[in-house]
Amino acid sequence: MTAALELHDVFKTFGDGPTAVHALRDVSLSVAAGELVAVMGPSGSGKTTLLTIAGGLEDPTSGEVFVDGEPTSKMSRGHKSQLRRRSIGYVFQDYNLLAGLSALENVSLPLELDGVSSKPARIKAQAALDNFSVLDKADKFPDELSGGERQRVAIARATVGERQLILADEPSGALDSVNAESVMRAIHDACKQGVAAVVVTHDAKLASWADRVVFIRDGKIMDETHPPSSPEAFVAHPAQ
Amino acid sequence: MSVRHALLALLSEGPKYGLQLRNEFEAKTGDVWPLNVGQVYTTLQRLERDGLVVSDGEGEEAGAQKDFRITELGERELETWLRTPPDLSAPPRDEVVMKVLIAMSVRGVEVREVIQDHRRYMVELMQEWTRLKSHDGRDDLNFALVVDAELFRLDAVIRWLDAADGRIARFDPEADAPATATPRAMPYPLPRRTAVRR
Repeated sequence: MTAALELHDVFKTFGDGPTAVHALRDVSLSVAAGELVAVMGPSGSGKTTLLTIAGGLEDPTSGEVFVDGEPTSKMSRGHKSQLRRRSIGYVFQDYNLLAGLSALENVSLPLELDGVSSKPARIKAQAALDNFSVLDKADKFPDELSGGERQRVAIARATVGERQLILADEPSGALDSVNAESVMRAIHDACKQGVAAVVVTHDAKLASWADRVVFIRDGKIMDETHPPSSPEAFVAHPAQ
Repeated sequence: MSVRHALLALLSEGPKYGLQLRNEFEAKTGDVWPLNVGQVYTTLQRLERDGLVVSDGEGEEAGAQKDFRITELGERELETWLRTPPDLSAPPRDEVVMKVLIAMSVRGVEVREVIQDHRRYMVELMQEWTRLKSHDGRDDLNFALVVDAELFRLDAVIRWLDAADGRIARFDPEADAPATATPRAMPYPLPRRTAVRR
């Protein structure tokens, strides 16, 4: 089965000579459809660079990125930007909603930019808002929404239409823990419907929503969590 | 975990018998802390001895459930306990902290790898707790609160591991040699506040 996202031997270097910064070094990662992967690491470890390269916002210095089995290096610029619009949804810490547009318009915009006419785009946007329990906020502008609601609208925008891959960068950085949980629950729910997601974070509470947690340090993936040998193996008897 | 006070709290709702107390205790702690029914009866006997509860089963026919009820003294004890923070003034002898400190002085051991082993294990435990929470269809506030407490506790350990990792990575033995050559007095004894009464 084709992975939704694959990075093969990816290197990314900024600058050259003695001042060169090796942001990613020999990173390989595969994310299956329906899988939620968290990437944990300290500031400056390469988490965000990994995400921007995975999403085609930047090119690797060497190595290859495959989205849904297609190598992005072989794509024309037009094809790559169509892939970014159509298949990949981005969620940022500061939401990146457009202030002059309502929640519904923010969610339908990527579809309309991709050539979908207004009415079907709005119907799909309404369904996406409904998925994340913010349909009643459809006519509100971003400054009329709470932080948690803004981020749920941003996740609706990231999953609207046929998107198969969500890339989220500290998606609940500014939220309190209850709202942060609802954001991760929303991404988790999207994955249950078959979407693949990569969430980069330094927060273990967020990462614990993932099926797999990958640890990155100094631009290298150094470790990852393993699923329990059997789901029943974990018995909740904490207070000994 | 004070079973004694948890039982007093349950009895403050009204008279109850032993098995009922065991079942309600487990339900109210999200079924996370199993309780042996023998432990319930032993604790009730001690509470009765101390005048914190009374039973009304005496003289009744054999096999009848023995009801326990809280006394006024028991209610006062419960309120005092609820408002008394646990004594956290002295740092506990934390096993993870000890292992990292010891790993730094064992030859051939890479301390940052030791830190990562513990970090991965803690994250895996957090994944399990989160999985229980996400799979749990019940709208159970008690269970969610117990799981949150466990997640925050594990998160605190991971934050300490992250901080230790960063500190060790930046540590320059040359630059820090004079500072560590002289043993520093630890800021002990810490002020001991065993109880804050309000």
